[in-house]
Amino acid sequence: MNEKTMLEEDLREQEVDQAECIFCNENIVYEKPDTLLDTPMHYCPGCGHGVAHRLIAEVISELGIQENTIGVAPVGCAVFAYNYLNIDMQEAAHGRASAVATGIKRVMPEKYVFSYQGDGDLAAIGTAETIHTCNRGENILIVFINNAIYGMTGGQMAPTTLPGMKTTTSPFGRDVLTMGNPLKITEIVATLPGVYYCTRTAVNTPANVRRAKKAILKSFEYQKLNKGLCFVEIVSDCPSNWKMNPVQANKWLEENMLPYYPLGDLKVPNEKEN
Amino acid sequence: MAKVKGDILVDIEKCKGCELCRAACPQKSLELSRKINSKGYHYIVRIEDNCTGCTNCALVCPEGIIKVYRMTLNKKEPVATITNVTNDITVTVKS
Repeated sequence: MNEKTMLEEDLREQEVDQAECIFCNENIVYEKPDTLLDTPMHYCPGCGHGVAHRLIAEVISELGIQENTIGVAPVGCAVFAYNYLNIDMQEAAHGRASAVATGIKRVMPEKYVFSYQGDGDLAAIGTAETIHTCNRGENILIVFINNAIYGMTGGQMAPTTLPGMKTTTSPFGRDVLTMGNPLKITEIVATLPGVYYCTRTAVNTPANVRRAKKAILKSFEYQKLNKGLCFVEIVSDCPSNWKMNPVQANKWLEENMLPYYPLGDLKVPNEKEN
Repeated sequence: MAKVKGDILVDIEKCKGCELCRAACPQKSLELSRKINSKGYHYIVRIEDNCTGCTNCALVCPEGIIKVYRMTLNKKEPVATITNVTNDITVTVKS
């Protein structure tokens, strides 16, 4: 029996030795990319903006284009995006981020340019700029964060607010007779010939986060090949203004928003033409 | 069979206690701490020792503060293995 206990002790010691060194660099499987700065974010707990920022930063770090990328920040909750991303950023007037991105891309066509916009920015005040940028087929990436509400100003009704959804400016629920139907801007721009790649993703589950990252990665690769405009919608949550906790908000998103805004590619490049 | 062991490091000062990682963890090994950080949020801690390093928590974390480690236990082949422990001890020594 002595032999047995000794052997077991040896094995246990081996395990302990191995367990002690788990926190070493070679065992890291996931960490924050370098492009995302250490600054604590100002977003509410559970906000999808943080995930979207991190995905963009991951893609930029993976492609190694940190010096050659210029982002355009919107007006909205993501107005301080330049504090978190370690790349060149430009702040645009409300809704005009895609127009500013057009200018930057035309002056510096070798740079990677993307605009990061919310639904109040892109689908309400900036509808004209968005549609015409897409129609011209500028060689940029538009990242559209759709959380169905104006988050920064206190939860007013946005064009993307769902029918019957309560907001501070529609306290009895959105009435489609007087307030209209939610605007599916991604479907609208997908019909325009200038748009090369158009997709809708979400950041509520790990699987959807992975898909969203793939979509952003693809868009930057298409931009490298000068293919045309890429439009990535990210369906996100706004726990503070939906008056839920983050876990409930993600559940609500899956049950209510995803049926109205179905995930998937709306326009994929025709590979045969290339 | 190689056993996989994972672990996480959380920057608790930046945690806002949104519990999205707790909901995403398939092993149910995360829980909110009773203590609070300097901003007044309850932060996330790993309470169970069954992490597999699947990175789900880090993927959904809005703050990007979770660092995931994963390692395979028994990387080196053990020198001796016990095959039968019921009656007699048979020890197979691998060269």
